[in-house]
Amino acid sequence: MTLSSQTKNLLKVHQQVNVNIEPNAGWRDLPIGGVIPQAGTATQFATGDWRTIRPVWSKEKCINCHRCWLYCPDMSWISENGQIQGVDLTYCKGCGICANVCPAKVHAIEMHPEDNFKDDEVVKEG
Amino acid sequence: MAVAVETQKTAALTGNEAAAQAMRQINPDVVAAYPITPQTEIVQLFSTFVSDGLVKTEFVAVESEHSAMSATVGAAAAGARAMTATSSQGLALMWEMLYIAAGMRVPVVMPMVNRALSSPINIHCDHSDSMGARDSGWLQIYSENAQEMYDNLIQAVRIAEHPDVLLPVMVTMDGFIISHGMENVELLPDRAVQDFVGEYHFPYPLLDVEHPKTLGPLALQDFYFEFKRQQAEAVHRAKNVILAVAEEYARISGRRYGFFEAYQMDDAEYAVVVLGSTAGTAKYVIDQLRQAGEKCGLVKIRVFRPFPGPELSELLSGLKALGILDRADTFSTQGGPLYLEVKAALYHALKRPKCINYIYGLGGRDIDPELIRQALMEIKDLGSEQADGVGPIVRYLGVRE
Repeated sequence: MTLSSQTKNLLKVHQQVNVNIEPNAGWRDLPIGGVIPQAGTATQFATGDWRTIRPVWSKEKCINCHRCWLYCPDMSWISENGQIQGVDLTYCKGCGICANVCPAKVHAIEMHPEDNFKDDEVVKEG
Repeated sequence: MAVAVETQKTAALTGNEAAAQAMRQINPDVVAAYPITPQTEIVQLFSTFVSDGLVKTEFVAVESEHSAMSATVGAAAAGARAMTATSSQGLALMWEMLYIAAGMRVPVVMPMVNRALSSPINIHCDHSDSMGARDSGWLQIYSENAQEMYDNLIQAVRIAEHPDVLLPVMVTMDGFIISHGMENVELLPDRAVQDFVGEYHFPYPLLDVEHPKTLGPLALQDFYFEFKRQQAEAVHRAKNVILAVAEEYARISGRRYGFFEAYQMDDAEYAVVVLGSTAGTAKYVIDQLRQAGEKCGLVKIRVFRPFPGPELSELLSGLKALGILDRADTFSTQGGPLYLEVKAALYHALKRPKCINYIYGLGGRDIDPELIRQALMEIKDLGSEQADGVGPIVRYLGVRE
């Protein structure tokens, strides 16, 4: 039994490690069944625009316990040389876990409605 | 690869036993299942093969059919040849996962023993369970008897896994009538079945950790439609694959299969179309009527998904009248699912037979030769020159008025 040329094409797409899927690709050129044949593609999907509240961080209050950094379900908290540098909102969905785990006595993170920032410079969200 | 037909072994088996034997010979990597009448025996027998070390299968006893299909889909996505089995309410509980299996393009193969759906509760045969899944994206192959169940199940593995297809396949037989009825079945040697199904290579297994990937991701307005278009294409392509696999299977077994079986159709003027075990009874009636000089025939549909519309249309369009027997209703006032498909297939034919529907056998109600004879006589009258209109297009055969 021979494979159809379309199947050969689809299998070829699959065997490539790095697939660059064009936004206008037709069904013949897409991986079968929506398979994403490579890892780490979540970086291409800026999920920060789901956010209705955002974490606001106080450098002065922060004790660098790194709980926010550890508990963040994404990778929004930035740490350099053992120092929290702030939050990257590109993927922050405003879940508030960071504010919740920030020790109560420290209270370095507060969640504020996005509405308060609507006049601010638009955060680049890819 | 060619195996002499004489090396086959004849065994007295129930349909369930024949299905379990096919599964033993297929020797899948994973079977995840939950018991339900009348399918239970298939998996029960298979589990003894597992405990006796006759298969290398990882057997997963789950807590429901939703989990059974979930585990089977997961195993298939990991790269395993995965199977399960179910009936009736079990299939209904799998509903959500059936679409996921088809959409993820995992080639799961599942024996499905036809049983009525509740309510009222009923454990006996009709086709309302598999007909409810007819648009789920699964391929569906119906079996007349235990031999066909065995043969179809082995072929289903090759059909499902073919790279042009990559779709799940359910292979059905009539509950109790076939699943618990014993008959002679020709079994291929284990080696022949293993050679036929071959080694399995899923094109994108999750367990290939060198090439991490995501299966079943989110696809919204921008991509979902394209994936469904691919899926539709795979169902189209399955037609060639089904015939090619049947051809190859005939070479090792001597048993030949197509999309349907045409029985006494060469010069037939009127005919019935049926699914499953009723074909056996109908052939008996047709043989008797043929002896009395009647020009009647039968078409037994084997492959319901993909539906062989153009092929059927070519076969049926020259008839004077046609009755389609459905062991399920659509409760749409338009007739049963097989009727609707056959009638739709005939729509573009230049010449169309008069076409009526018989709904019969719901909840295991017996269909005897007399009922089929009665239907065939009505169909014959419908095709006669004197017939005025068609009368009721949906008729209930064997129900008490």
